[in-house]
Amino acid sequence: MANNAQNNGEKNESPKHTISVLVEHNFNALSRIVGLFSGRGFEIDSISFGHGQEPGLARITITTHGDEQIIEQITKQLHKIVDVHKVTDLTYEPLVERELALIKVYAPPSSRSEIMQIVNVFRAKIIDISPEKLTIEITGNQDKVDASIGMLRQFGIVEVARTGSVALKREFQGST
Amino acid sequence: MKESTESQEVKTEQQAQNEAGSSREMAGHEIFVETLRDVGVDTIFGYPGGAVLDIYNTLYDETKINHILVRHEQAGTHAADGYARSTGKTGVVLATSGPGGTNTVTGIATASMDSIPLVVFTGQVPTDLIGNDAFQEADIVGITRPITKHSYLVKDVSNLEKVIHEAFHIANSGRPGPVVVDLPKDMIKQKAQFRGIDSVELPSYKPVTKGHETQIAKAANMISEAERPLFYVGGGVTLGDASKELTKLAEKYNIPVTTTLMGLGTFPESKSQSLGMLGMHGTWYANMATTECDVLVAIGARFDDRVTGRLDGFSPKSKKIHIDIDPACISKNVPVDIPIVGDVKNVLPTLEKYMRQPEVDEWWETLNKWQEEHPLEVPQKDGVIMPQYMIEKLSEATKGEAIVVADVGQHQMWAAQHYTFNYPRSMLSSGGLGTMGYGFPAAMGAAVGNPDREVLCITGDGGFQMTSYELATAVEYQLPIKIAIMNNGYLGMVRQWQELFYEKRYSHSTMKSANPDFVKMAESYGAVGLRATTPEEVDPMLEKAMKVDDRPVVMDFVVDEEANCYPMVPSGAALYEMIESDEE
Ligand SMILES: Cc1ncc(C[n+]2csc(CCOP(=O)(O)OP(=O)(O)O)c2C)c(N)n1
Ligand SMILES: [Mg+2]
Repeated sequence: MANNAQNNGEKNESPKHTISVLVEHNFNALSRIVGLFSGRGFEIDSISFGHGQEPGLARITITTHGDEQIIEQITKQLHKIVDVHKVTDLTYEPLVERELALIKVYAPPSSRSEIMQIVNVFRAKIIDISPEKLTIEITGNQDKVDASIGMLRQFGIVEVARTGSVALKREFQGST
Repeated sequence: MKESTESQEVKTEQQAQNEAGSSREMAGHEIFVETLRDVGVDTIFGYPGGAVLDIYNTLYDETKINHILVRHEQAGTHAADGYARSTGKTGVVLATSGPGGTNTVTGIATASMDSIPLVVFTGQVPTDLIGNDAFQEADIVGITRPITKHSYLVKDVSNLEKVIHEAFHIANSGRPGPVVVDLPKDMIKQKAQFRGIDSVELPSYKPVTKGHETQIAKAANMISEAERPLFYVGGGVTLGDASKELTKLAEKYNIPVTTTLMGLGTFPESKSQSLGMLGMHGTWYANMATTECDVLVAIGARFDDRVTGRLDGFSPKSKKIHIDIDPACISKNVPVDIPIVGDVKNVLPTLEKYMRQPEVDEWWETLNKWQEEHPLEVPQKDGVIMPQYMIEKLSEATKGEAIVVADVGQHQMWAAQHYTFNYPRSMLSSGGLGTMGYGFPAAMGAAVGNPDREVLCITGDGGFQMTSYELATAVEYQLPIKIAIMNNGYLGMVRQWQELFYEKRYSHSTMKSANPDFVKMAESYGAVGLRATTPEEVDPMLEKAMKVDDRPVVMDFVVDEEANCYPMVPSGAALYEMIESDEE
């Protein structure tokens, strides 16, 4: 469900935020969260939804952008949703963040080796191959995924599927 | 149609087993009614239909719960809302699937904008038909999601009891709001154990109630050192039942109080500290006090645009303290210096404890001067009832003690300005959504919930026609509501804007060519209809009306057609940029 701004290569003025929401695992809750963004004019850059660690709970990771006041409203409004257990803005914390993208790209023999080099540099993987096309799997933070898509664009991208970011707080920060 | 015989037969075995324990097997419709009793429901506003016939079948024998059959589900929802606003209890609505549910939408949105606790039960097609475009299917949970605090679609009858308990808990705790519970027909029919639940466990829902003590102490200090403090009081004080605490605090330290439309009555307007209402049609002195104060204390108010006017001109000289139960309200529109998240009923006494007497004599000199120089006007015109006069007469006739329910328009603003509100939960009006047609059905709800109080509905010739069919309900249940129609022959508020901002081009705002004869209309329903066309006729009419106690009375006040409501802050202007009167 990842989309817009970054994909077009535009940089957004307002700072990016990664918000993690622990919520009851039901569609009413998910709809309320998404509806909150559309109804109040907030933006979603990406959203991912999956089981959390505890049964019955889901973790939703939303990346969005906006000034401090908007982000404060977003977190407060999210918190008001009855099914929401916990809202964390990971932006101010050391975090580990990953997104997975599948990128299908034109790869005639003439450009194939150059593409393979780029795949190596990004420590990506080729997961499907045909005479004209390659499908590449890349994992990394959003910036890395953006960059790799940017590098592959010159060869002609056929299709892209991105998961949107998932993120957790980083536990150990190098000192005890 | 009596399906309960069938269920009773099947029940006997289970019943025998559970005779000793509290757990019994029951059909969904029985669990429904039993649980409503358990959570203390005494009144339902409803309208039957296919999806909820089983519930109605059970209600047929019900003696503890009073069911009021309205004439339209929108009105039913407004009635439940009026019941909730006037009593503090949760309003309950029962509607069938599809159109029954969609008819409740305006009422739910109205309640949502003003944080009114409602539980709206809707029938739904059986679970195996959901999504099939079945007869009278509508995704009511989806439709109402943005206007509810929470919602449920019951998918397992053994959860029904728990869901109902949760719905009532959520609706009327924290910042209250409407909750929708959608009941598929098979969930109403199937059986489950009734457990007699007596508590609610919701780990993800824990509203804050106690304010942060050091924040409160800081706020108290700021107010104590202020030279021009002002309390700006909203519906949160009504909802939090904190009128006593507020009154004590403001009187003790002699601090001026202005209220929003939703806060009217929480601070008695007959007390000297009251400046009346602020905002678009607020008093001149309340708006100037807001502009000039040096410490503004927002208490259960949310800086609505109808209150603030243009934001950069709103209370520019003040430090701001904001007390509210909803953290998302704080610093949403206006940045605040000291936020206090908590229940006003807890916070205000703590604030009082930490406060010292601020030096406010000079401030009061200014405020008193303003009140003398710019009072609310009650204009007179020979032989013509002026709207302001009409409201003052109503205030007099009801000794300021009625529950006033205002619809939406000029009459609403004049009611807010000229009726003397001295009691909380005694001015009901759709503030946030501004729903025309709210007034009369909400007044029915107030009358049902407060049989010992006078209920006065102040409405417009336009707005009354949006829900006037409820006269049938009011007559059926002998509700002695006094309905005062301010009949100006116009959608007056629209006309006023057209006069002031659209060169008097009265585009589609005239009603007079086809207004009904409201007196005959009332009579045709079996209500009392009365009319006054001159100031002299007002007192005799009121006298007659006040004597009626077994049916609604419709009073048609034929008033000055083109009177305007002032002061007025034009939209886009700052609070201090008020128009005070017609420019000649
Ligand atoms: C359902 C709905 N439709 C439209 C409006 C817009 N509106 C606000 S006030 C008003 C005029 C109300 O006329 P009337 O009931 O006669 O009251 P008056 O202003 O004349 O006192 C209108 C149309 C509204 N508030 N609600
Ligand atoms: Mg009118």
